[in-house]
Amino acid sequence: MTVAVSRRAFLQTGVAAASVLTIGFRPDHTLAAGAGTQGLTPFVKVTGDGTVTAIIKHFECGQGVTTGLATLIAEELNIPLDQVNVEFAPADVEKYRNLLFGIQGTGGSTAMANSYMQYRTAGAAARTMLIAAAAAAWDVPESRVKLINGHLVSDNKTAPMGVFAAAAAAREVPAAPVLKDPAEFSVIGNPETRRRDSGPKIDGTAQFAMDVHLDGQIVAVMKRSPRFGGTLVSFDDSAARAVPGFIRAAALPTQTAVVVYAHDTWAAFQARDALATEWDFSDADNRSSDEMRSDLLAMVKTEAQFDAKGVVRDASAALDGATQVIEQEFFLPYLAHAPMEPLNCTIAPSPTGVTLYDGTQMPTGAQQALSAVLGIPTDKIAVQSLYAGGTFGRRASPDADYHVEAALAFALNGGAQPVKLVWSREDDITGGYYRPSVAHRVRVGLGADGHIVGWDHRVAGQSIFKGSGFESFVVQNGVDSTSVEGVRDTLYDIPGQYVGLTDESTPITVNWWRSVGHSHTAYVMETMMDMAAHVAQRDPVEFRLAHLTSGSADQNRLAGVLRLAAEKAGWDQQPLPGRRRGVAAHKSFGTYVAEVVEISGDVESGLVIEKVICAVDCGTPVNPDVIAAQMESAIGYGLGHVMRSQISFSNGEVDQSNFPDYETLRISDIKAIETHIVPSTAPPSGVGEPGTPPAGPALANAIAVDGPRITELPMTSQDVNFA
Amino acid sequence: MSNQLTVNGQVHDIHMHGDTPLLWVLRDGLKLTGTKYGCGVAACGACTVHVDGEPMRSCQVRVADVEGAEVTTIEGVESEVATAVRQAWDEISVVQCGFCQSGQIMSAIGLLTENRQPTIDEIESYMWGNACRCATYQRVRAAVRRASDILEA
Repeated sequence: MTVAVSRRAFLQTGVAAASVLTIGFRPDHTLAAGAGTQGLTPFVKVTGDGTVTAIIKHFECGQGVTTGLATLIAEELNIPLDQVNVEFAPADVEKYRNLLFGIQGTGGSTAMANSYMQYRTAGAAARTMLIAAAAAAWDVPESRVKLINGHLVSDNKTAPMGVFAAAAAAREVPAAPVLKDPAEFSVIGNPETRRRDSGPKIDGTAQFAMDVHLDGQIVAVMKRSPRFGGTLVSFDDSAARAVPGFIRAAALPTQTAVVVYAHDTWAAFQARDALATEWDFSDADNRSSDEMRSDLLAMVKTEAQFDAKGVVRDASAALDGATQVIEQEFFLPYLAHAPMEPLNCTIAPSPTGVTLYDGTQMPTGAQQALSAVLGIPTDKIAVQSLYAGGTFGRRASPDADYHVEAALAFALNGGAQPVKLVWSREDDITGGYYRPSVAHRVRVGLGADGHIVGWDHRVAGQSIFKGSGFESFVVQNGVDSTSVEGVRDTLYDIPGQYVGLTDESTPITVNWWRSVGHSHTAYVMETMMDMAAHVAQRDPVEFRLAHLTSGSADQNRLAGVLRLAAEKAGWDQQPLPGRRRGVAAHKSFGTYVAEVVEISGDVESGLVIEKVICAVDCGTPVNPDVIAAQMESAIGYGLGHVMRSQISFSNGEVDQSNFPDYETLRISDIKAIETHIVPSTAPPSGVGEPGTPPAGPALANAIAVDGPRITELPMTSQDVNFA
Repeated sequence: MSNQLTVNGQVHDIHMHGDTPLLWVLRDGLKLTGTKYGCGVAACGACTVHVDGEPMRSCQVRVADVEGAEVTTIEGVESEVATAVRQAWDEISVVQCGFCQSGQIMSAIGLLTENRQPTIDEIESYMWGNACRCATYQRVRAAVRRASDILEA
């Protein structure tokens, strides 16, 4: 790889190459600089030939983080974005931790939020030191030297900044370099800025983990239990032996799968198909979807296992005093992430330990998983970070599942040969680590004035975090906060709110899925708000705004995106004949998003999504075009799944297996998406996930204008058709 | 077992079984990894290549069946249309994760080669089989239109 080791970098020679200004941080987080990397963690390098390299501590899955972090460096160094090269950081939790996680990882839409000041500070230090070096050489005050477009300039003197890289590296690092005034930003917030990773993704040279081919490498695929919780009884590989390229098959020590080794991927798939296996399903989840649905719905009708917010008696009292009570149950299915690149990674022996080749969200988790299986300390496990062909949460899991599998396959093969673990698309769709299936039951009370007076909300589903190494961060008093996020922290003024949670327990594996709990809670909250507005005979936008009146910054920002989306959608005017509109707004991961979905057609002959108007407040917009792209992506992801996607079961086996039956959004499904970004100087928050939660309910609310109220998903399972 | 395969103008001796899908011969045999595996059942289009100039899903083509044909992959595609498509893809920042984009681009080149001024309906119909889980569709549509404008300029 990596992202872009420029030709310049390869060609640089002699003195120029030798002079480098490296800026980074010491282990105690203070700024440090030098000619090399001794004693510091590099974040930005300026070489003698003027090449600037940003070291990217996050992984790139399309969300645009390489562009975003390079933008921060470009801004502080006053150079165009295309003059900043990017390089992925190695896996080293001490050096490149996510400041919001404590481990090195990408997720929860935190990459920009935790990196913004760190990268700007490093860039500003580089600028300050280069200016100081030039000022000293030219014998002028530092205030007379400017760094403009890669050149140091003072009165009648000018020199390319690389000339001073070595001299700058010898200087004292400023303790707190002065950051640029946001009023002078020219790269941050520039709508003309284009992403940095287009080139290799357009000409086919971008290296994804799936593209790794090492000398002597073999391919491993897994034959897993067809039901979750099944254990291997026996296998017979006599037919597999006839497949050209087959090497051998072996049971994993966990008895959860048989690993099939082959010389190439196709041979591995063919040999696996030829394998006969026998399983013990006595501890498996052998239910079908109907039974699972009944079980979950039963859980939200009885006393909750955990109180997640408030007191049930208070909510009941509030509802008893209500003029009108609206009650609704919801059932949402399991969902697969299905990133375009099926899961894979390669482990190879290295002189000191092993190297993992992967595009993983959590290098630290991967190192720990490999360490546990292989008995090698984490500092002997290098991670070569490659582009990830999508993830949506899947290229990490609470138990690092595919890294454990890869490590077992590597170890069972003797550890002397590179082993590439490959999941087929069928493995991906049937292999678990799903967005949990959930049931909700909500009772909302309205007062005589049409305001909400009480809200009793029950949620049932599997916890993502319980039993994982992250449990202590996320679970308190039995409540996995990601099961109820978006409900118990709703920004609406809701007096007397009770939230009860019941955990379901099954061997079906679950995982964070783009927007995690918000992926279901926003659907329920924003559908209920719409139903309540309807019962109160109030406009859905006005009704929401009437419950955002405390004057808090949080409420004001949600109200702000609601108003902006409504204005841009022409909400106060009648839609075109035959068109209906629905609205939803939700805060997640520190970002506020409102969306208006406009549809035509009817549920029998087929609905058409004519347009989606999106308003987003993500603090300082770093790359407006990347933000727009993430909104388009998140809206498409949200809508595609509520329209057509589900993982269902028959006698414990997943009914779907690939894209024909795990239906994905297609190019004709959404005719237009418009994104409007709220100007802001607040610290930037994430944009990878927050566009997803409001999309589904906005569509559902548009359908409900003159059609059914959809409370079970996907919509196509409820006799709703799309053209 | 050996087949001769012409890829991007070069002739290769292929020592993989004749039933092996072209996709895996390209990726694992020739290390031409720009062509992607996304589904293996012609449901996603990530593996789209040109066979004698026609877009085809390489996961459904046996290598033995393309002996004597000209196979073109993302690494080797060159034409006025290809240049326009790449320029448009870059200008509009279509890509996100990028994994499906080789296939998107090979399909778009196929479309614009046979129809230089496709309507939106024609674009959606032709490109329908190219799935993108990042949902870059709006930009794919715009980029095909942009490439069409570049070609007509």
